[in-house]
Amino acid sequence: MNRPVLELRNISKTFPGVKALDGVELQLYPGQVTALIGENGAGKSTLVKVLTGIYAPDGGDILIDDKPVTMQAATDAKRHGISAIHQEAVMFDELTVTENIFINNQSRNMFGLLDWKLMRTRAKTLLEYLDVNIDPDLPLRELSVAHKHLVSFAAALSINSNIVIMDEPTASLSHHEIQELYRLVRRLRDEGKAILFISHKFDEIFEICDRYTVFRDGQFVGAGEISDVTQDDLVAMMVGRTVNQIYPKIETEIGDTVMSVNGLSHPTEFDDIDFNLRKGEILGFYGLVGAGRSEVMQALFGLTRTSSGSMNLNDKPFKPRNPGDAIDQGLVYVPEDRQHQGTILTLPIFQNITLPQLGGLSRSGFIDMAREYDVARKYATRLQLKAASLSENVENLSGGNQQKVVIGKWLATNPNVIIVDEPTKGIDIGSKAAVHKFMGELVAQGLSVIMVSSELPEIMGMADRVIVMHEGRIVARFDRDDMTAEAIVTAATGAS
Amino acid sequence: MKNTSLIGKLISHREWLLAGIIALMLVGVGSTAPFFISPGNLAEVFDDTAILIMLACAQMLVILTRCIDLSVASNIAFTGMCVALINVAYPDTPALVTLIMSIGIGGVLGAFNGILVWLVGIPSIVVTLGTMSIYRGFVFLLSGGEWVNAHEMTPQFLALPRATFLDLTVLSWIAIAVTIIMLVFTRFTKTGLSIFAVGGNPKAAVYSGLNVGKYQFITFCISGAVAGMCGYLWVSRYAVAYVEVAVAFELQVVAACVIGGISIAGGIGTIWGAALGAIFLGLINNALPVIGISPFWQLAISGLVIVLAVIINSRSEKRGGRRILREAHR
Amino acid sequence: MTEEVLKHPMTKDLPDDLNNGLRRKLMRWETLLMFFVAIAFFTNTQISPYFLDPWSLSDATFNFTEKAIIALPMALLIIARDIDLSVASTIALASVAMGFANTMGAGPIELAVIGMAVGTIAGFINGWIITKFDIPAIVVTIGTMSLYRGIAYIVLGDDVYRSYPSDFAFFGQGYVWGVLSFEFVLFLVLAVGFGILLHKTTFGRRVYAIGNNPTAALFSGINVKRHRLFLFTLVGLFAGLAAVLLTSRIGSTRPSIATGWELEVITMVVLGGVNILGGAGSIFGVFIAVFLMGLVTFGMGLMNVPGIVMSIFTGLLLILVIGTPIIWRRIWAARKMHSNSRN
Repeated sequence: MNRPVLELRNISKTFPGVKALDGVELQLYPGQVTALIGENGAGKSTLVKVLTGIYAPDGGDILIDDKPVTMQAATDAKRHGISAIHQEAVMFDELTVTENIFINNQSRNMFGLLDWKLMRTRAKTLLEYLDVNIDPDLPLRELSVAHKHLVSFAAALSINSNIVIMDEPTASLSHHEIQELYRLVRRLRDEGKAILFISHKFDEIFEICDRYTVFRDGQFVGAGEISDVTQDDLVAMMVGRTVNQIYPKIETEIGDTVMSVNGLSHPTEFDDIDFNLRKGEILGFYGLVGAGRSEVMQALFGLTRTSSGSMNLNDKPFKPRNPGDAIDQGLVYVPEDRQHQGTILTLPIFQNITLPQLGGLSRSGFIDMAREYDVARKYATRLQLKAASLSENVENLSGGNQQKVVIGKWLATNPNVIIVDEPTKGIDIGSKAAVHKFMGELVAQGLSVIMVSSELPEIMGMADRVIVMHEGRIVARFDRDDMTAEAIVTAATGAS
Repeated sequence: MKNTSLIGKLISHREWLLAGIIALMLVGVGSTAPFFISPGNLAEVFDDTAILIMLACAQMLVILTRCIDLSVASNIAFTGMCVALINVAYPDTPALVTLIMSIGIGGVLGAFNGILVWLVGIPSIVVTLGTMSIYRGFVFLLSGGEWVNAHEMTPQFLALPRATFLDLTVLSWIAIAVTIIMLVFTRFTKTGLSIFAVGGNPKAAVYSGLNVGKYQFITFCISGAVAGMCGYLWVSRYAVAYVEVAVAFELQVVAACVIGGISIAGGIGTIWGAALGAIFLGLINNALPVIGISPFWQLAISGLVIVLAVIINSRSEKRGGRRILREAHR
Repeated sequence: MTEEVLKHPMTKDLPDDLNNGLRRKLMRWETLLMFFVAIAFFTNTQISPYFLDPWSLSDATFNFTEKAIIALPMALLIIARDIDLSVASTIALASVAMGFANTMGAGPIELAVIGMAVGTIAGFINGWIITKFDIPAIVVTIGTMSLYRGIAYIVLGDDVYRSYPSDFAFFGQGYVWGVLSFEFVLFLVLAVGFGILLHKTTFGRRVYAIGNNPTAALFSGINVKRHRLFLFTLVGLFAGLAAVLLTSRIGSTRPSIATGWELEVITMVVLGGVNILGGAGSIFGVFIAVFLMGLVTFGMGLMNVPGIVMSIFTGLLLILVIGTPIIWRRIWAARKMHSNSRN
């Protein structure tokens, strides 16, 4: 075994209220693909940012070729031969493909001016190497998500880097595109590059990775050769317990139809969405990132206009013009992006909880502060919120407690349909279990829940029925009895 | 800039469209007052617009980085007064030295704005709204409210922008040179490319190792330096320096940029656009009296044009966003 | 996990400090402002022996009351993450409209109604363009700043409107009780009204929500666009009211009336502790800041400092007031980070 080209020792990074990385270690070897595995919130993304110089670690050593280095800025990473392909394409939509590829690595002519002719030729060569047909003069905004990814590949290759980091590169790609990507990864590996492949999809980890490193809650759990472990071993390391315990599915009495959606369509985002939701049921929506699930939910909540189709809620026609309408009629939406859409971080907990129903807590426009506080306290207690006081700003809470505020805020409006979009994204395991348990309690009390999730175990563990979406359309429906992981994933990737 | 894509075509279309409107205006005004489109008069109109063109090009860089510089007109007044007083005190100073000094003084004022934006992190609108009145107030402190008139200025001081070369004034040639330098700067230097990048997507810029604040600082320095140079050119061209020089001119500059299709949201714009926007406004200002409209209409027209232009820009910039349905692509 | 539970008190013990933490934070800046008001007041008594005379004090209020009346709705607008740079031009437009109506023989009440109506329309146009086309308020109001004053120039050119009816003078020159002017009493009443509106009503709470996070406010069922449109219209209405008071006080209209006031109004608002980036601030803070600005400019007037030099002061104040807390917060955060890493 050769020596690691990159080694991290005892790296820590703390944010207010969160220890994102707690003394972790990592080794990358040339000519090997190392998987970094962990649940959301395990510290993978923070590690990527440390490795690319975006965050400076609080402590620990980074060694490249056995020599300690410091990473102060993204340019340091480049200097040390590290390039990264980030999860969301963090690139420049208004610039051309060539400009994006060479944003930090330009060629100059004899006058010291940028030599676009040369860079264009080099861009062409790089794209040909990647076997894609992209015009290097197109502005990036014209490209599909998959092609943007390939451009960021080309940018990573344009720097002659020995270490390539890929942060969930397959998250929004189709089945075919993923196969193309694997081919590229293998090619880079065969050229002797050390690759860090971040993923939480086991099939791909076993398909293309040589080694693994597992993180849990910001801590290093284990590392080794992929050939020495089974999927169950990795899962056990990731979650620290067996899967079944996380999803306490409460069997509930499923009643009559509460909501029905017929042929709902949007000009560009989704088409012909049909489903019923029954009392006391959790209806799961599964699909790849960008399959159009959130867009459908936002239309149900009155945030986007639809072009055709109809909805019924509680046997009445339901046509929300804005979220206020939907709330009034008993349908609420807990959005995916907690920090930007779900809560107002810089306002106190109690003001967040009462915001959607301020009208009901006021007399001729004046807020009844005592009643407001009572409502906030009731739901904070019910959700076992951990906070110093209800006047504390939400930004001071941990991710899990922030999510409790968001859920509390919507429960306080007494809805009968609650839509939760990626309810446990990026929160710790303890809070995750609390949220799941709570969702079980809700349906037991007769509420109906629509749960959008990209986590297969969560969907399979919680949902009574699953609807799978792909490219804006419903492609499959499963009942609890006939759902299998393979069938759901196959449907979601658009394979027929 | 890039002509191959649909959007690229639209953007360059925009400049052709503007050029077309300018041509139409020339024909229209020329048909009622033929002397207006005589080469001599056009050269005069260009001379009159030269300062606006330079300021618009510099302002464009600031706007590209999602900032705005409202202090340019006060910078002109301050730098103009400085060099006028220096000229009175040291009449032997060569005009070229005066020009370089004005660039330096203006650059310092711009750097002050830039530091407040970059290192202190105050929004640029607040910084430049503040320095707009600070710099203007300093003109009063410098001059004691007195005017510096033509007879106090030396002939060399006055001659530089008015000298002609190939039928165009030196002022016009300076504007042409500045425009070309800006074109090269935005298209063929790393700093130029980075300015587009930090304004287009600040987050991605950080991931690429670009310091957003630093590039904002650089654009403020450039804007200040150009404004300073225009300060000398203005005072020398109009042969008078006083406190109210170029009052509210910053509005014309911003208007020129907005008309030229520079996106106020940052990251989108071309030097051609800014220059054409300035020429468009310059034409209106010069044509109004010719077609018998009172110059009192100028302010309202530039205001109306700003509002209309931002509305039009906002529609054309509406980013299509990610489309999920495949059919919708076609 | 268990450690975390221990660190936090159980939920049922959540202390009941209704608003206290928030209020304490707000109070700090306002206390500082009051201290500065005291200094300015004392300095003025030293500059002029007549300063303490009730009539002199009453006179002092005239130079800031109209601006202060615009500062009240402007505070709400800035808290909601917007800004209106066109208020001074709106004054010019409204004043020209009143001058024109006067030549047509309108009475005092009609003049006041016309002034306020023109202001309201101007504000509504700002808000409509901004919310309809989703354009930043700064550019739109830079445009209308030029447009509204431009219209005033088109109508009036070099001319002046004078000879307003003598009854009309009451709005800007009249006294309600003793030395208390109509303008000043109006401002006090409005300040109380705005304080209640911002701090006690659902509307005020929604303004804060929008200013802190417009997306989350939208997702919480708040009609963000309608609230913003209303705020712009409100600012326009009060700019119109200020135009009535100002025109009545000086008894004439020129297109250059109230030039540069937008800067002073915004400075008053941020001096009062309103965050220029939105989301935080109080009417009480703005109320004190108004007096501080008024006293300082009056004192400078007593010392015969020309207006243009005072604008240096205003500009510096604007930058200092916004810059100082940012630097302070950064030092504080750095220190906190430092102590965290030691734990």
